[in-house]
Amino acid sequence: MNCVIDIVAVCKDYGRVHALHDLTMQVSQGEVLGLLGHNGAGKTTAIKLILGIIEPTLGKVEVLGHSPTGKSARTLRMQWGYLPESVSFYEQLSGREVLDYFAQLKRASARERDGLLERVGLSEAADRRVKTYSKGMRQRLGLAQALLGRPRLLLLDEPTVGLDPIAVRDFFSMLNDLRKQGTTVILSSHVLPGIEQHIDKVAMLREGSLQACGTLDELRRQAGLPMKICASGSWPPGFWQRRLDENGIAHYKINGTHLEIDTPLDAKLDVMRLLLSQESVHNLDVQSPSLESLYVYFNSVQRQESGHA
Amino acid sequence: MHEVLTVARKEFSDGLRNRWVLAISLMFALFALGLAYFGAAVSGQVGFTSLDTTIVSLASLAIFVIPLIALLLSYDGVVGEEEQGTLLLLLSYPLSRVQLLAGKFLGHAMVLAVSSILGFGLAALAIAFLTGNIASAGLWKAFGSFILSAVMLGWVFVALAYLLSVSVNEKSRAAGMALIVWFVFVLVFDLALLGMLVATQGGLHAELFPYLLLLNPTDVFRLANLTGMAATQAYSGLISVSSAQLFPPTLLFGVLLLWVIIPLGLASFIFKHKES
Repeated sequence: MNCVIDIVAVCKDYGRVHALHDLTMQVSQGEVLGLLGHNGAGKTTAIKLILGIIEPTLGKVEVLGHSPTGKSARTLRMQWGYLPESVSFYEQLSGREVLDYFAQLKRASARERDGLLERVGLSEAADRRVKTYSKGMRQRLGLAQALLGRPRLLLLDEPTVGLDPIAVRDFFSMLNDLRKQGTTVILSSHVLPGIEQHIDKVAMLREGSLQACGTLDELRRQAGLPMKICASGSWPPGFWQRRLDENGIAHYKINGTHLEIDTPLDAKLDVMRLLLSQESVHNLDVQSPSLESLYVYFNSVQRQESGHA
Repeated sequence: MHEVLTVARKEFSDGLRNRWVLAISLMFALFALGLAYFGAAVSGQVGFTSLDTTIVSLASLAIFVIPLIALLLSYDGVVGEEEQGTLLLLLSYPLSRVQLLAGKFLGHAMVLAVSSILGFGLAALAIAFLTGNIASAGLWKAFGSFILSAVMLGWVFVALAYLLSVSVNEKSRAAGMALIVWFVFVLVFDLALLGMLVATQGGLHAELFPYLLLLNPTDVFRLANLTGMAATQAYSGLISVSSAQLFPPTLLFGVLLLWVIIPLGLASFIFKHKES
């Protein structure tokens, strides 16, 4: 079976608070899923359900074909790795001792432990107390911990919060290595810029409901947001302008030499042909709608609908 | 079992690392030696006095100190990890909540056992050596049974501390409740019982009274150590009311064991059903 995570019609209530409402979501082997949403949107609740730390009020959760709270929980737990949000670990222990503790619980060897310290770049600091670690080093220790026992599934909750840009880059290059090895990854985040090229699929949560789920291309098609084309050259009024106006395509001139055009997806190629047929054009830049604008779009669609209801 | 032992080993080595074991052992040893030497100061003399007096005064002090130490050691055992974020992580690992709790209890139980045996044991050794009683079976038996009951008393309060620790969501609240538990079992319970006894003029509860004492683990500890001692009459207000011969020592140790098992069982039940 190819489906690593199968969540069907799941609701989770804490007393009278509805943390998740009717969540249905599938993640296949080797996919990297970005789980996006504001704070309190239900991301961590979803991760806890997958890990079997809590049980759904309604619905079904299956991981690698088994219920994470059922009889196979132990076997499942050997096969995943989890990095919780802002975990501070045991301050009085050294990095090696912390990792040693978790390695023993997961029955990983000392050799694997040292290999992981090396891999996340903590070999030199391994015998220093965690208390002295920077936020980035703690996060790397957390990642090493999650990678114990070569997990098939990784759940990373806000892994890049509070990291400096270089640490973020290191993190994503490590993530890309794992992705190449076929590890399934769930990455929860509210930091949008920069994660687009590292994920295959996006799930957007808002107030416990799934707003959208799919690949970036699917979401772009669903949203129908315009593409932005920037063309530089000289743009005397003429044929191109009439054609754009006839098709109702918005265009703005910026400081005389730059032209910005918002075009629907299906007209993209026509617009580009039109622009390229102008002799004076010397550069074209095409931007697909960013993840950020998709996020804003899907969140505001919901707001309008609930406004009407 | 591997999981339980792994957690227990970590808790115990934490106890060594942050000097809990050292501090408790030293404190116990100093108390024991001090009481043995100055125990008879009230009667106008210093020097090592009778074994009975030493044990009785040690037990009276232990009743205040041991519950406090045990509660301090363990009140944040679960809630502390929760605040740190490591509890969530541990729950995603291949170990059950009961295993986690059992490991933590075992680790702290060992911290208390090792420091009691070290502290009181060394003191007993010193007393035996200084008084030339090194071969006295009575001394070793008396100290042996005192240490055993002291360890059990510690375990009772470690178990109660875990019950608190799984029942609350903030460390500060657990600390406050730990103080209340100490206050109730060490001070309030006896006062209330005494009050009841006086109010009913001793008549109503003559039969029931000794059994009511079993509801407080510190009183069980007191009974285990003070009954049958010559020095008891002078020191142990409430206990002397009850018949000394009523409960054999094995029964008292059994009751202490129940006082460990029941709170721990409750704690694991609550922890298992807690949404975290």
